[in-house]
Amino acid sequence: MMNHKDCFKALARHVEDTDIVLPVYSSAFEWLDLQPRKLNYTAHGAMGLASSHGLGLALGRPDKRVIVLDGDGSLLMNLGTLVTTAAVAPKNFFHFVCENGTYEANGGHPTPNRGNVAFASLAKAAGYKNVYEFSDIKNFEQQIGAVLSETGPVFVHLKIERCGPQERDYNRLHGVEARQNFKDALDAS
Amino acid sequence: MPVSASSEGAGTKKKLSGLSIIKEIKASGIEFVISVPDITTSEGLLRPLAAETEPRLIRICKEDEGVGICAGLAHSKKRALLLIQQTGMLDSINALRGVAVEYSLPICLMVGLLEKEPDLRPRESKRYGVRIVEPILDAMGIAYHEIEDDSDLPKIRPAIDEAYKNSKPVVLLIGRRPS
Repeated sequence: MMNHKDCFKALARHVEDTDIVLPVYSSAFEWLDLQPRKLNYTAHGAMGLASSHGLGLALGRPDKRVIVLDGDGSLLMNLGTLVTTAAVAPKNFFHFVCENGTYEANGGHPTPNRGNVAFASLAKAAGYKNVYEFSDIKNFEQQIGAVLSETGPVFVHLKIERCGPQERDYNRLHGVEARQNFKDALDAS
Repeated sequence: MPVSASSEGAGTKKKLSGLSIIKEIKASGIEFVISVPDITTSEGLLRPLAAETEPRLIRICKEDEGVGICAGLAHSKKRALLLIQQTGMLDSINALRGVAVEYSLPICLMVGLLEKEPDLRPRESKRYGVRIVEPILDAMGIAYHEIEDDSDLPKIRPAIDEAYKNSKPVVLLIGRRPS
C-alpha cells in the first residue's frame, strides 16, 4: 500500500509541462497542491467521466500525453470506458486508478466489494495491452518513468492509503476561473 | 427552449433522407460522431456513417461517456456529434447538466426518438418516453430542434454552428426513421 502523496510526487517527476493531467476528487486536491500546473483539467462535470474527457482530449490533441488520475469509485461508475478506450487505442492515453476502497469525498463509505476488485485485470480483459499494478512505492518510483514512455493506451492500478482529512474547495476544481485557465493554456499550447 | 418545431403539418407524405442528414453533418464541420446504436437512426444514418472514414465514428458503451468525450474534443477545437437514442439521453441527464449546461460547452446531440409516431410532434406522442423529452430539455434550458422530414434538414448546420459559436449544447430530435 502506498501513500497517496508519495505516489504523486514520484509521478510528478516524470510529468512534462506539455502533458494534460486529469485528476479526480481526493487525487485532484493532492495533485493541485503538489503540481499547480496550467494543463491540469479538473472540471469533469459528473463523477466517473474523467477518463471520457481524457479520451476526447487524447483524440483531439494527439500531440499531447493525456494522463488521467482516476479514483476507484469513479472508475466503477464508468467501467465501459475501459472497453471504449481499448477499442479506440489512443497512443497518448495513460489511465491511472488510485484504489483506496473508499468514497473519500462522499463521507468515507466503502466502495462495493472493497479490496476484491482486480482493476488491472478488468483493464486487461477490456482489451488494454499495457497494464500495470503497483502497491510498493520503491517499485513505482523505479518503473514509472518507463511506464510513461510506453505506447498507450496504458492502464496503471495504484494501491494507496486513504488521504485522510482534506480541505476540499470544489471551486478550485470546476469554478469558472479553473476552467478558463485550462482552456487558455490548452489553446496556447 | 423549442428553437424550431417541425415545419410541415401532418397528413402529407413525408420522408427523411439519411444521406442528406450525413451531408449536413459533414457540412457542419463535424469530425467525430460518438454513438451508441439507436433503432430509429440505425439503418438510415449510423450504418452509412460507419461505412465512411469521415467523420470518424467512435462507438461507446454508454451515452454519458460520449458527453465527456465530446467535451474533451470541444476543448481541442474539434467538432463532434453524439448520436444516441432518447433513452440514453435521459440516462445522461446528470452529465449533460454538469458538462454541457453548467460548464457551457458545445455538446451537440442527434437523438433518435424511439417509438415516436411519425407526423406527431414529440410532445403530442402517446408514448410517455417520447412526450417527456422536450419538457425535460425545456427545464434544463437546452435548445432543441425537431427533425421530422427533409424540409427540416436546413436546421442542422445552423444549429451546430450556433452551438459552437455560443458554446452551448443543442439537441436535434430525429422524429422518424431516415431512409
